[in-house]
Amino acid sequence: MKDLIKKLTEVYGPSGYEHSIRQIIRDEVRGYADEIRTNTLGSLIALKRGKGKGKKVMLAAHMDEIGVMVTHIDEKGFCRFASIGGLYPLTLLGGRVVFGNGTVGVIGMEEKHFERGKTPPLDQFFVDVGAKDKASCPVKVGDAAGFSRPFEDLGGRLVAKTMDDRVACAILIETLRKLRRCAHDVYFVFTVQEEMTLAGAGTSAYGINPDMALAVDVTDTGDTPESNHMAVALGGGPAIKVQDSGMVAHAGVKELMVRRAEEAKLPYQLEVLAGGTTDAMAIQMVREGIPTGCLSIPCRYIHSPSEMVDYGDVENSVKLLLAILSKSIEL
Amino acid sequence: MTTADGGQRSAIGAREVLLILQELSEAIGISGNEDAVRKIIADAVRDHVDELRTDTIGNLFAVKKARAAQGAKRAFKVMLAAHMDEVGLMVTGHDGNGGLRFRPVGGIDDRVLLGKVLLVGPDKVPGVIGVKPVHLLKGDEGKQVTKMDDMRIDIGALSKEEAEGLIKLGQVAAFSTRYNKVGRTATGKAFDDRAGCAVLVELLKGARFPFDLHAVFTVQEEVGLRGARVAASAVEPDCAFVLEGTICDDLPKDKDVSPTTELGKGPAISLMDRSAFADRRLVDHLIATAEKLGIPYQFKQPGIGGTDAGAITRSKAGVPTAPVSVPCRYIHSPVSRLSLDDFDNTVRLMRESLSRLTPDVLKRS
Repeated sequence: MKDLIKKLTEVYGPSGYEHSIRQIIRDEVRGYADEIRTNTLGSLIALKRGKGKGKKVMLAAHMDEIGVMVTHIDEKGFCRFASIGGLYPLTLLGGRVVFGNGTVGVIGMEEKHFERGKTPPLDQFFVDVGAKDKASCPVKVGDAAGFSRPFEDLGGRLVAKTMDDRVACAILIETLRKLRRCAHDVYFVFTVQEEMTLAGAGTSAYGINPDMALAVDVTDTGDTPESNHMAVALGGGPAIKVQDSGMVAHAGVKELMVRRAEEAKLPYQLEVLAGGTTDAMAIQMVREGIPTGCLSIPCRYIHSPSEMVDYGDVENSVKLLLAILSKSIEL
Repeated sequence: MTTADGGQRSAIGAREVLLILQELSEAIGISGNEDAVRKIIADAVRDHVDELRTDTIGNLFAVKKARAAQGAKRAFKVMLAAHMDEVGLMVTGHDGNGGLRFRPVGGIDDRVLLGKVLLVGPDKVPGVIGVKPVHLLKGDEGKQVTKMDDMRIDIGALSKEEAEGLIKLGQVAAFSTRYNKVGRTATGKAFDDRAGCAVLVELLKGARFPFDLHAVFTVQEEVGLRGARVAASAVEPDCAFVLEGTICDDLPKDKDVSPTTELGKGPAISLMDRSAFADRRLVDHLIATAEKLGIPYQFKQPGIGGTDAGAITRSKAGVPTAPVSVPCRYIHSPVSRLSLDDFDNTVRLMRESLSRLTPDVLKRS
């Protein structure tokens, strides 16, 4: 599964520009799903039909990553940008980004306006693609770029750009491949545009109209030096969301996840996230309301070019999903 | 148009455009109170559409069926949306001396309000937002921004009772601004989004398209895209375009950075804003049409603002949507300025793009 995570995390795919990552995921699920389709906004839906009288279950992981969109190219060929998703200025200077056409850029900063000890705002950064002037700039206004950073295997811990949320895409793919004896129709949904508007998740859920949905996404941890308090740690097992700043998880779904984790003797942690939300927030509010929970993979340095997860947590997330799907679902 | 009387016909057409833009700009339609605007639009399009109806929240739907001979193919449905509402003020209380307290409806900058002339309530009572004369300012007072909470609307009432007789709590006030044509530009209030409404009226007056066009003049955009949300849910279109009067900030800048849009550079195509991603296939179709016909266009600076596209994109199973806007300087203030060439080119870009729009445009490779 590490090879799959490496493959998925290194692919280009900022929100709104998910065509490459969608194609790669489509190739990975081909042969394992009964139906594969792309919906109107571009989310990829792989259906594995159940054998028996099960429920309709939706699992959602988003394909898109944070990045930058070019807003202006100045006379000297430097690109000003808007953020796609939440970018932290602290993580930008000297970073590299890659555009859809392969162009690599370096993130630079206005030196004159830098005040020592103060983090500059986003509009004081620019992308330098090495152009001599505006006319020779290889990218256009509206072109989007994601971070460029290789995957690293640190043994038990894995580091990559866009673990958020490609690690969950890998977890869904692995779950689909290993799923046997399942009574439920399971929709593995790889959503678009999560980082900006959650537009892919709600619209996919509307089309599927599931009996239960789980978003699979990364969450913060409280286990680094002088971190904010949070009772989630890397290596403590998959986190079962209770609440975040966008939603309260459906109590029945949360309890089902806890019960299946305990039956399977899998480690788990309960998660209350102070800032941030996931596709689950959008799914929960669709149609007459969909019982929705969230399986979170603890992750350090989220929305930086080096997001770190624990491989044991990843493997246990697959096991927990399999445990949930292989038994009855009563909420 | 190449007919012999083409020149004359387009001159009449141009005059009608100006009239509808003027009429719409001078009409009052604060979010939630769009009746007057809806009536003007309904009267203007009635003879050019197959269906005209208003829904429960106040959206106006005008349906123009596809031109004949489209075969037995499933009806392709395209929604065009422009919002009727404008930002304004709502009266929230009466002071002892006859002044009216108020709150903003939609996003209004405190700095654009002092000393501005208003029309208040359904009877359009003239009012002014009171301001302390420069002679009475003390110390740094003149450098501070007066907060909206500290401002009052003065309608000339000398007592609380008199004010209460003229204006009830909850009634709204609009900027009192006449439309003016100045060369190839026009000034007026509420070009956000009466410019979009006027573009949409022009499109409805023209020939049929190769699909069923569902034009929706939406309500309550400025207070949370509320009209568009239910409208898109009712129409369930295959794709949508949002027509806007958008932010234009082309005043000189210290740095070589992006203006949001520039006056006179053509319709502004959105790529991404705070509410939605524009569908790239629709954007590429607009660009291809503009390039083919030599219609000027520009991109709206990505990342800024939001439109009804936010609600339409996320409606039901999802609707590919792209916003196209007429750049307007000084929006959300008592007066904005647009270029009539930009306006004409927006109508032209939309008409030409729509007449070439087929389901194939939405095919994915």
